[in-house]
Amino acid sequence: MNLDVIVNLLVNGLATGMLIFLLASGLSLIFGLMDVLNFSHGGLFAWGAYMGVWVYVSTGSFLLAVVGAVLGGVAIGFILERWIIRPIYGNHLQQILVTLGVMLVLSELLKVFWGPNPLNAAVPPYLDGSWQLGGIILIKYRLFIIIVGILLLVGIQLLLTRTKLGLVVRAGVLNKEMVQALGYNIKRIFSIVFMLGAGMAALGGVLLAPYSGVIFSEMGMQFAILAFIVVVIGGMGSVQGSAVASVLVGLSGAFMAYYVPDLSLAVNMLLMVLVLLIKPSGLYGLKR
Amino acid sequence: MTLLKVEEIETYIEQYHILQGISFEVLKGEITVLFGRNGAGKTTTLRSVMGLSPISKGQITFRGENIGSLPTYEIARRGIGYVPEDQGIFKDLTVEENMRISILKRDESALEKLEWILNLFPDLKTLWHRKSGLLSGGQKQMLALARAYVGDNELLLVDEPSKGLAPIMVEKVMQAIEQMKEKTTVVLVEQNFFMASTIGDRFYIVDEGRIVHHGLMQELKEDEDARKKYLGIA
Repeated sequence: MNLDVIVNLLVNGLATGMLIFLLASGLSLIFGLMDVLNFSHGGLFAWGAYMGVWVYVSTGSFLLAVVGAVLGGVAIGFILERWIIRPIYGNHLQQILVTLGVMLVLSELLKVFWGPNPLNAAVPPYLDGSWQLGGIILIKYRLFIIIVGILLLVGIQLLLTRTKLGLVVRAGVLNKEMVQALGYNIKRIFSIVFMLGAGMAALGGVLLAPYSGVIFSEMGMQFAILAFIVVVIGGMGSVQGSAVASVLVGLSGAFMAYYVPDLSLAVNMLLMVLVLLIKPSGLYGLKR
Repeated sequence: MTLLKVEEIETYIEQYHILQGISFEVLKGEITVLFGRNGAGKTTTLRSVMGLSPISKGQITFRGENIGSLPTYEIARRGIGYVPEDQGIFKDLTVEENMRISILKRDESALEKLEWILNLFPDLKTLWHRKSGLLSGGQKQMLALARAYVGDNELLLVDEPSKGLAPIMVEKVMQAIEQMKEKTTVVLVEQNFFMASTIGDRFYIVDEGRIVHHGLMQELKEDEDARKKYLGIA
């Protein structure tokens, strides 16, 4: 077992894990706080990727691409929550049907705007290339994703633990009724969390585009399934749980793909089954 | 002075007609106790006042303003605090966080109230950084009362604070509510007549979603027939 292989697999696994985390943490908060099964979340991820590539191609600025994609994601999230999700709060069956429908519509709309063929996405020049340390090759863009993921995790943790909004969100995950009885407009909190989750999903999408080099309209569903697995493993409503589970899923995927390729697709499911058997509420499942 | 006036309210929960025309008044500075057997409609009455179980008919007036159609958070912001039967504690948050979330405006008055209530419940000070899910039943009840009190509320709706507590703890909680009366008005739902009658000023007896008897607490204490008839106790 070579050290350089292990380090490369670690970096790959962590980078993939961070991308999944960006998608899963929003999904987890939306489910934990709003009790909404949001299958359209993957659509926001794909829209983030497309909007980011479009802005990058148009302006040449990766920073603008990231900002544009996130703002676009937040705007779509606002529209979805206000006019599509809000009328179906509390009804899981309707949520599954409606959000799956929204996911399909979002995917098809991508084809309307950008055509049916996959788009190529380039890594910005200053993040392109790699560093070589002995036999270990560290790809710059993957390290960039890991750093962004860690910064976001810290940022969300600070938001949740150091601000009044975060306190209200954490309390809302535990007891929505009581939060209202203490004078907080839970619908407004729902909107903020939904938009935050949408923005993070879009950020995940825009960061994934150069990572994978090619984007396609159905990519959202592919990542949404991974994100749902992560939410179940980590525990509904726990950002910390999403982070740990994302890293677990990313790393196990990377290592299994290298050492036991036949099991690489099944490993996430196995992980989920194992966690559900040992702790059905997930690794960091909140007590309600 | 009437602080809260509930007039002929009717409330449905799903298809069930729970409240069938409840009326009562709460005077400022008093403890008003709602008695009644299980399922009589006491908890639904408090929930209806808070807007958690919306009324279909009738009127609820707080400080002269009709609040019957307001959303719960607006009712809470008008100055009504609620302590539900299950205490409504956020179990994964610390005692400090549970208290902090109830203070909407952190001004001098809020800090004074916080200091006063922590002197009343000194246990909470020592448990300040502990997760509230780890507290005992009595400590949770103290936290729930303290949280409702510091929220700049003029009226507290307290639902069965004695439920599930050891007798010594019930006595402590009742004493605390009596002391809180100096600072706020209380509507207390209680099945423990002997405890509630020691601190209550007025009573209403609820049965099958209606008020069947009411008056001053002293009158009920002296009226054995009424106690037997409505509460089944001598």
